[in-house]
Amino acid sequence: MTMTATAGHAHADPHHIGVVIEHPGPAPKRIVTAYGFWIFLLSDIVMFSCFFAAYAVLVGQTADGPKGSEIFEQGNVAIETVCLLLSSFTCGMASIAADVRNRFWFYLGMAVTCVLGLIFLVLEFREFADLIVRGYGPSRSAFLTAFFSLVGCHGLHVSAGVLWLLTMTAQVFAKGFRADILRRMMCFALFWHALDIIWVAVFSVVYLLGSGT
Amino acid sequence: MSDQTHMPAGHDLAPGDEEQHSVGARILGYVVGLVLALLLTATSFFIAGTDLVWQPSIPVALIVLAIAQMGVHLVFFLHITTGPDNTNNVLALAFGLLVVFLVVGGSVWIMAHLNANMPPMDQIMMRQ
Repeated sequence: MTMTATAGHAHADPHHIGVVIEHPGPAPKRIVTAYGFWIFLLSDIVMFSCFFAAYAVLVGQTADGPKGSEIFEQGNVAIETVCLLLSSFTCGMASIAADVRNRFWFYLGMAVTCVLGLIFLVLEFREFADLIVRGYGPSRSAFLTAFFSLVGCHGLHVSAGVLWLLTMTAQVFAKGFRADILRRMMCFALFWHALDIIWVAVFSVVYLLGSGT
Repeated sequence: MSDQTHMPAGHDLAPGDEEQHSVGARILGYVVGLVLALLLTATSFFIAGTDLVWQPSIPVALIVLAIAQMGVHLVFFLHITTGPDNTNNVLALAFGLLVVFLVVGGSVWIMAHLNANMPPMDQIMMRQ
């Protein structure tokens, strides 16, 4: 590549790498918003990885209390898993409905997602309450502290997600499918799908690996 | 060189967004993802409680199945692809995964060595 050949593209090829890049200007707001939220989600996942690391380190420190295999109920966890998985699917249906501006399917998808999320929360709350009543609360052993903080942190995220879901439904009801509402809806869908990914790690590492040994 | 200079100057895709598809194709993508995820979940729960396989292989199988299911979620629900319009999203994800592996792997590694190299607690007490 000679100088004369690149001179004509001085602005498009400032580093003279021989590849002309046509800069299309700043990205649309939808991409900027979603990308920023994607960065937040990844940092949230990094935070969860700290809880996972603490759990992995403390899983054997039961202080003569119960081990994981003695307190986990796989049937309960299976129902929770299916609920979250189906809610991820219905949340996807609601996003498609929002993109094509179909109110009926949007409300239906969000309602089913909300119900499935609430079933998940009720099951998890009952599991926690049952453990605390039996004397296996978070203060019983380091293992139970790590268990309650990891699974409880995910539960708090799901609770926040359900509140956000209701807010999004109300905003679409009041303001319609405006561009800014659709951006928020996209961020909510990313959040909900990311929660499901974290739950995959939770049920595999905590419940299934813990009940085996 | 010549095909590179005529690269399409289009915008990237936002994370979670898909390329232009019809509604039917998009729904089909979610259905495929749901079926795959349900299959992987069912396999995980089955493997965890079975006596059919060599027992020490179960933890490895569970971790592999979990990583596979996260991949399914990323591809079919979050629409992360390897296409050029997804480079930013994939790079951010790769950096996030690097930090996750450093935190989890590093903690487990260090704490396991600490436990192995520490004398039992009663010996420490006796020295004092």
